Amino acid sequence: MTVDRSSWALSRDGDGLAWLTFDRPDAAANTLSAATVDEFVAMLDLLERDAPRGLVIRSGKSNGFIAGADVGEFGAIHDAAAARALVERGWRAFERLAGVRYPAVALVRGFCLGGGLELALACRYRVVVDEPATRLGLPEVMLGIVPGWGGIKRLPALVGAPAALDLLLTGRTIDARRARKLGLADECVPPRIMANTARGVLLAASAPRRLGFPLSLTLTTPGRRFVADRAAKAVEKRASRAHYPAPYAILELFRRYDGNALAPPVGNPAAIDALLATPTARNLIRVFGLQERLKSFGKADAAAVTRVHVIGAGAMGGDIAAWCALRGMTVTLQDQDAVRLTPAFARAATLFKSRLRDNRRIRDASDRLIPDVAGDGIAHADLVIEAIFENVDAKRAVFAEVEKRARADAVLATNTSSIPLEDIASVLAAPQRLVGVHFFNPVARMMLVEIVAGRESDPAALARAAGFVRAIDRLPLPVKSAPGFLVNRVLAPYLMTAMRCVDEGIAAETVDRAAVAFGMPVGPIELADAVGLDICLAVGRMLAKDAAVPRTLAERVDAGRLGKKSGQGYYLWKDGKAQKGVAGVPDAGLTSRLIDPMVAEARAALAEGIVADADLVDAGAIFGTGFAPFRGGPLHYAANEDERAD
Amino acid sequence: MKPVYIIDGARTPFLKSRNRPGPFAASDLATEAGRALLLRMPFAPTDLDEVILGCAAPAVDEVNIGRVAALRMGCGLRVPGWTVMRNCASGMQSIDSAIDAMAIGRSSLVLAGGVDALSRVPLLFSDAMVGWLSAWYAAKTFGARAALVTRFRPHFLAPVLGIMKGLTDPVVGLLMGQTAENLAWRFDISREAMDAYSARSHAHVLSAQREGRFAREIVPLYDGSGHLYAADDGVREDSTPQNLAKLKPFFDRKYGNITAGNSSQITDGGAWVVLATDEAVARHGLTPRGRIVDCQWAALDPAEMGLGPVYAATPILKRHGLGITDIDAWEINEAFAAQVLACLAAWKSEAFCRDELGLPGALGEIPDDRLNVDGGAIAIGHPVGASGTRIVLHVLNVLERTGGRRGLAAICIGGGQGGAMLVERVD
Repeated sequence: MTVDRSSWALSRDGDGLAWLTFDRPDAAANTLSAATVDEFVAMLDLLERDAPRGLVIRSGKSNGFIAGADVGEFGAIHDAAAARALVERGWRAFERLAGVRYPAVALVRGFCLGGGLELALACRYRVVVDEPATRLGLPEVMLGIVPGWGGIKRLPALVGAPAALDLLLTGRTIDARRARKLGLADECVPPRIMANTARGVLLAASAPRRLGFPLSLTLTTPGRRFVADRAAKAVEKRASRAHYPAPYAILELFRRYDGNALAPPVGNPAAIDALLATPTARNLIRVFGLQERLKSFGKADAAAVTRVHVIGAGAMGGDIAAWCALRGMTVTLQDQDAVRLTPAFARAATLFKSRLRDNRRIRDASDRLIPDVAGDGIAHADLVIEAIFENVDAKRAVFAEVEKRARADAVLATNTSSIPLEDIASVLAAPQRLVGVHFFNPVARMMLVEIVAGRESDPAALARAAGFVRAIDRLPLPVKSAPGFLVNRVLAPYLMTAMRCVDEGIAAETVDRAAVAFGMPVGPIELADAVGLDICLAVGRMLAKDAAVPRTLAERVDAGRLGKKSGQGYYLWKDGKAQKGVAGVPDAGLTSRLIDPMVAEARAALAEGIVADADLVDAGAIFGTGFAPFRGGPLHYAANEDERAD
Repeated sequence: MKPVYIIDGARTPFLKSRNRPGPFAASDLATEAGRALLLRMPFAPTDLDEVILGCAAPAVDEVNIGRVAALRMGCGLRVPGWTVMRNCASGMQSIDSAIDAMAIGRSSLVLAGGVDALSRVPLLFSDAMVGWLSAWYAAKTFGARAALVTRFRPHFLAPVLGIMKGLTDPVVGLLMGQTAENLAWRFDISREAMDAYSARSHAHVLSAQREGRFAREIVPLYDGSGHLYAADDGVREDSTPQNLAKLKPFFDRKYGNITAGNSSQITDGGAWVVLATDEAVARHGLTPRGRIVDCQWAALDPAEMGLGPVYAATPILKRHGLGITDIDAWEINEAFAAQVLACLAAWKSEAFCRDELGLPGALGEIPDDRLNVDGGAIAIGHPVGASGTRIVLHVLNVLERTGGRRGLAAICIGGGQGGAMLVERVD
């Protein structure tokens, strides 16, 4: 690859300050490739010859500062030597930046992630711009790797070990105000004075921030050990060492090697070689790629949706409406009377409060969510989503009315999970207008939304629906209209098999334990309770061609024990938590007995062309069912297993 | 007058003040009612020429509440919004201001309304407390502060009730209820008559609620904790003449006649109407429900402000050659039972009509079945800024229900004024 010299632009001003602007001409977002890092070092060389009074590093992109290392480049690495070289390049570059004679400030606006934050951390100061889009974090752990360019070294030194490890181990991002409060940023300012602030910080050249007592104790050797041990205990509850080695490696690097990923000797579990030896990192990077691919489905050049009308204010409809309002849409929510709308507005208020925190933004989101018993919003909507109970006649009646009142260019969508689109569309004068937009419960947590194409669905309407899903920050997965679409179809045999195991007398706790040990986020029995056993039964009946419904499932539904929502299902539920007894030791074959039907169904769905290719089957299973991400999805997992067996 | 059409209107339920800040700020009330009303319109909120909102007591953080509401309702950055204030008639003034703008051709499509959240009118520090505090902040030395501490008196902490200030006439120094006592004295209105009229107001609201007569105008509200506010909540089943008779006089203590029960209630609420000219009706394909035929303002002795409707409505009747029974539906805002009864008495009095209104004789009597047929502010409440809009909207609803043609909405105004609006139903 040729080095494109125009990624970094250097200019100097009358105060003797140098302004270094990063703007990759070949990409929409700034990422740090080998070439751009080399070029950055060349810029430091240039500055070395005629040292400025100070250096401002900023982005020339409007969308953010730096998104991190170039994941495509990283994903292509398969041997330890290449990985080591990549780590070394960035580590050295940022060590060099940290050691320059003149003060440097990172001016951070928009995302500042991974290697981007490590660059900012190597500057003497950081100025962050106070906007919702400004997010800072080190998400490497989510890709199964460690921040290798100084993040583990410098972040604890700035904010103290507890806060630093929290960010390093969860990969979560923080906003500008939080960064200022933690001490990660020196100044948090509105965009109108960001350049002046960067200039002022450099001209003042005050002593760099020092960690105060008692946080400074967390950087002493015993302090490190104490904090890391406590963090390790918390990690063990979330992720096993065998499945997810990266958080453990981060802790080891912090505890013993001052964050230098090159320091651990070969054979140490924190060494780069060890991380690459498990398929976890490669699978998680693949999952990242799958996520990017799903995002790309929402990029089609379709007219943007800004007004949404949702019919049905139950758990799904109400939460879809609230989520859309949270993400900036103007939403009208319809149900038969005002009383039925009430719980939806209470849940929406809770969602807005927890997600937005700022009172003005909470108010704005609430103002965008409009109760609409009369359905007046239909006439204004770009998209109408029906989310009433699963009854084909009721849905037909809704759409017959909607078609009369909606604008001619509005997309009409159903959230049905079990009724063929064609059966509903038959009532429409223009059946091609109907598409499926299938959300999962809980809407605020489930990233995936299936975009369902009926036989007659208009491709333009499907593209617009996918664009809408992207605009509300969910992942669209195009699927064909067939019973269960992709996600429920793959999930159902797994849940049914798990319940049959309970039929046979295996404890629910034991079944769940086997699945969790495999890497599922929750066990199938607990999941079924959470989804609702009545829904599981309906989906099971719809999808099971000839198999009988699990006995324990039918019994519970008959008795009205429907799971979490009724307080009792397979488990007793208290305060939203399943009350579990002690799990037995699962039989050796239990895991494959649970997983194999899922894999088989995934293959069948692929063969029938429910989605376009095997990668999308895996993407749907991971983002829709929570299939263990580090295993790369059911088909990827099965292929690897076959390979290992050969 | 160039025709001004009422396309539609909506209001919040009126929520009685429970002696603590209510669940909604004034701009919340205005926003929720307005966005629902705009949803019914075929045009976009950004198509409005302006938003005019009457408000007697805007909160300090939303003083130009008209603009705040316009932005919050999604009218966009480019639709001007402003606030008008004529005390109890602020919500009628907003409509009249829209008429003005339409008459000179500056606007053709206006959202006009009124709002107040009286439960949120603040408590204020007394002047004594403010003086002490400013001395405290100015004091630099320990000695100076110590000296100030010795000068502090507990009564400094007694708050000034903003709402009581607002309900006191600043020129003649009377509480609004005391001006109603003046009218009761002048027109010889008994406590029994006031209580009977108040019981009538409650009974009419209750039967209107039972028959769903407010359904068309009320937009239900939801707060953040799962409560639904679907109806006016100040009305009481037990407001019978017998029960009302038990209440103590509030304004002229002990020997007066005006009680909390025969006065309007202190309430939170908001109301809007969409107004359009012929041109806007054609442009957006609107279907008018009514037409505003005339509007009149009048002024009188602040100590008898409750007669305002008489002084404002009479010139309209004269101008159009109408007798009292040519009006099919009357809405006279019920600030006080005594005040409504005084208006009726004035129109019945030959001497009053001749001497005060320049009429040849008594104007006559409003038939009971044409006056406030669905009750009024005594039962529903009087969120000061909103009432003017509410009675204009409601008189139109009554005309539609009864098949009447002309309606007159009139309101008395603290400070000694009256406002009246003549409305016609459009088929």
